[in-house]
Amino acid sequence: MMIGKLQETPSQTAGPYVHIGTAPQSIGRPPLTGQPGPRAEAEGERIIIEGTVFDGAGAPLRDAMLEIWQADSAGRVGAEGLFARCLADFDTGRYRFETVRPGPHREGQPAHVALLIFARGINLHLHTRIHFPEERERVAADPDLRRLEPEARETLIATQEAAGHYRFDVHLQGANETVFFDI
Amino acid sequence: MPLSPGYKSTVLRAPLRPLHAVEQSALERSGPALGNTALGPLDHDLIRNAAQGGDALGERIYVFGQVLDENARPVPNALIEIWQANAAGRYAHVKDGYLAPLDPNFSGCGRCVSDGEGRYLFRTIKPGPYPWPNNGSDWRPAHIHLSIFGEAFAQRLVTQLYFEGDPLIPLCPIVNTIPDPAAIDRLVARLDMRNQEPFDCLAYRFDIVLRGRRQTHFETRPEGA
Ligand SMILES: [Fe+2]
Repeated sequence: MMIGKLQETPSQTAGPYVHIGTAPQSIGRPPLTGQPGPRAEAEGERIIIEGTVFDGAGAPLRDAMLEIWQADSAGRVGAEGLFARCLADFDTGRYRFETVRPGPHREGQPAHVALLIFARGINLHLHTRIHFPEERERVAADPDLRRLEPEARETLIATQEAAGHYRFDVHLQGANETVFFDI
Repeated sequence: MPLSPGYKSTVLRAPLRPLHAVEQSALERSGPALGNTALGPLDHDLIRNAAQGGDALGERIYVFGQVLDENARPVPNALIEIWQANAAGRYAHVKDGYLAPLDPNFSGCGRCVSDGEGRYLFRTIKPGPYPWPNNGSDWRPAHIHLSIFGEAFAQRLVTQLYFEGDPLIPLCPIVNTIPDPAAIDRLVARLDMRNQEPFDCLAYRFDIVLRGRRQTHFETRPEGA
């Protein structure tokens, strides 16, 4: 037992109706949270990250809610960090973030975007990292990732579709199950 | 546990490999300052914030408490978003086909920001239990979904609160994804008669404890928590 400490409130699934509370505009209500997305004034190279979250049978999650949190283009976090939230498309399951390319927030380490996934059937939200293919060698040397098998590390690297346009699919199970973090 | 066969949706959605533990960096120790979001005056009042000429129907309640971290430090400026079914157990959502009626004066969506001492308050109606397709017709106990942003992205929490004395709590496969009865108990809001609004509404207290800073690779989040 820890003395003088409180116990963390347990997580429960966001359930299938997460949109009511976190993205009310998606069901025809006025948005509540200040419009999630990178600050309009955020400087840097504009990039798009899109992808799909797949379940163990290869079906896309059409009900997922996703959030990103990243450094700005200069690698600054805290008040300069960038947050965004989006919903998987109700028909296709595709998600899409328009943001800026993050700078490295850890000296000498590759930049990444933290990605959280919330959905029915996920009891504790999943936390993963989106790395960029231009930095594959640095990713291999990242002290946080060195202990991973190379194939597992590869699940954390986005694919470039076009200049500034990346695809990052998430696999909840299976041979190429994405690495999820306890942070 | 992530994979809980009693809750069927986890079977294909729970990762099967262990989480990869890493130390928190400056990124995860900070977070978006959503507590600065400008709130509407009725955002925390679900009885009125979707009203079209009348109050929402149901048992009028306050849900209030304090947001703390594991060291019992209050967490100010925490954005708390909630969503819930109406008093009949029906969500105002296109995908909810339960036969219970919608309430035209209730959308089930609210939010607030904790004050300097971490305190928060919602006024709402007690949601009804509802059936869902899982092992035939399972029933959810009355519950409110919550999403909380603390000071750090590593503190992000989405959970559900239940109501003291509800006989459906121990029967619920989603509740029972948590193996520890003491942890389940931390999701139960307590009736607090001293904080009622006389001749108006009852009060339930629900304190929220966000995870603190993790120093090492070896203190990991307990499974199922
Ligand atoms: Fe629910």
